[in-house]
Amino acid sequence: MFIKRIKSILAWLNKFFARRFEKIIEINRRYERPRIAMTPMTRIALLLLRIYLLLLVAILFYKFFTIIMGK
Amino acid sequence: MNILSRLFYNYRRVAKAIKLFVLIAGPGIIVMVADNDAGGITTYAVTGSQYGYNLIWFLLLLLPVAYIVQEMTVRLGAVTKRGHAEAIFDAYGSFWGWFSLIDLGIVDFLTLITEFIGMTAALSIFHVPPVVTIICVTILMGFMVLQGRYWTWEKLAIIFCALNLIYIPTAFMVNPSISDILSNGLIPNIPGGFNNEFFFLLMANIGTTIAPWMIFFQQSSVVDKGLQEKDIPWSKLDTLIGACATVLVAIFIVIVTGTVLKGVNIESAAQASQMLMGVNKYVGAFLAIGLFDAGLLGAICISLASSWAFGEVFGWAHSLNNKAREAPWFYVFYFITLLGAGAVVLIPGAPLVLITLFVQVIAVTLLPAALVFLILLLNDGNLMGKYKNTSWQNFWSFTIVILIVMLSTLYAISALFPELFK
Repeated sequence: MFIKRIKSILAWLNKFFARRFEKIIEINRRYERPRIAMTPMTRIALLLLRIYLLLLVAILFYKFFTIIMGK
Repeated sequence: MNILSRLFYNYRRVAKAIKLFVLIAGPGIIVMVADNDAGGITTYAVTGSQYGYNLIWFLLLLLPVAYIVQEMTVRLGAVTKRGHAEAIFDAYGSFWGWFSLIDLGIVDFLTLITEFIGMTAALSIFHVPPVVTIICVTILMGFMVLQGRYWTWEKLAIIFCALNLIYIPTAFMVNPSISDILSNGLIPNIPGGFNNEFFFLLMANIGTTIAPWMIFFQQSSVVDKGLQEKDIPWSKLDTLIGACATVLVAIFIVIVTGTVLKGVNIESAAQASQMLMGVNKYVGAFLAIGLFDAGLLGAICISLASSWAFGEVFGWAHSLNNKAREAPWFYVFYFITLLGAGAVVLIPGAPLVLITLFVQVIAVTLLPAALVFLILLLNDGNLMGKYKNTSWQNFWSFTIVILIVMLSTLYAISALFPELFK
């Protein structure tokens, strides 16, 4: 009875996540063609900015953990 | 008779304008006042205690910065009738859309944690256990959103915004020296020189004045309220009044701690409240009530910003005008983020104060990415028509982006090589 319950919960979770992934695939398909065509330079600049900002956030986390460890 | 009828006509005109403004006002005032959230109150309290009145000039500079950024979201929301997340997906595709959405989700969740930290810390001064605070706040926020009307939610939020002004009488109660405020606070100065702590506090102050969630929140709020292009001028005034209120409150908090606790090493607004209670119990109590109110306002807006953004992208019904049965996922997401953030606060031994300050800095570090997309969208002539950004608006917006990136870089360098700034 208990195993049956676990199996039905797992099946529901499986269905739940499969539906979410379907949704994400559907969203990606809906927005496949952006309305504004970015030039390659703009795309590269935006990507570099993102990577740079994430690097700064990584340094912040490093500082955060050094303060925690130091306490 | 002529004069009388002219006076009456002018009176009717002004009364009509005020009535119209009151109808349209809301998103700007709420987002700006909520901007003084728990993390913000902590940042300002620490700023005042560490630097006295010496950084008031910097807070004044943040007024036009906040207005410039938020005014753009008003135009974008009123013209496109779409939230910010959906606008990015539609304009730039799913790669940039997901980047922005996940960014927002993470930063919003972290910021929501800081709101609960502030609220639990504020009420623990009055001996209310954290778990009781979290449960009561969740119930209150649930009541606000589940009644199924944006207008009701907005009016309740504005009442909480008005409570945020409690810091103004508090500042008068500590009898600050006006001449000291004017001489030390209004002339730009770098007390103690450039160092890691100074950069950190500058960034925390910027991060608490403009944050990514504010861009998403105000745009979605403008859409949910149903504002049109013809409402843009009044919405701009709404945003300007909100920006003035937020900076005014920030300055008064700095005055409170800068007067009574200058040179004292405080780490949080809750700690400042407890110390101030020893000086004047009303001042301490008002600071604590203000801190709770700030956390509540922040939590109200940030949780909605995330729910609106995810609802727009996932295609859920996502309006406050929908009841729970009509928009189940919108409200489920809302409550899950609230309860999740509340649960983190209850983790024993969590460095809550450190988390509060760092989250402000993380938010401002990621802000340029959100700002760049906002500016790019506002430069799309096909989308914005006559409401496209002017050259001056682009100049100031990009200047803000560049300055934030430079400051973030300086902080990172000072964090890695502190000897460079001694």
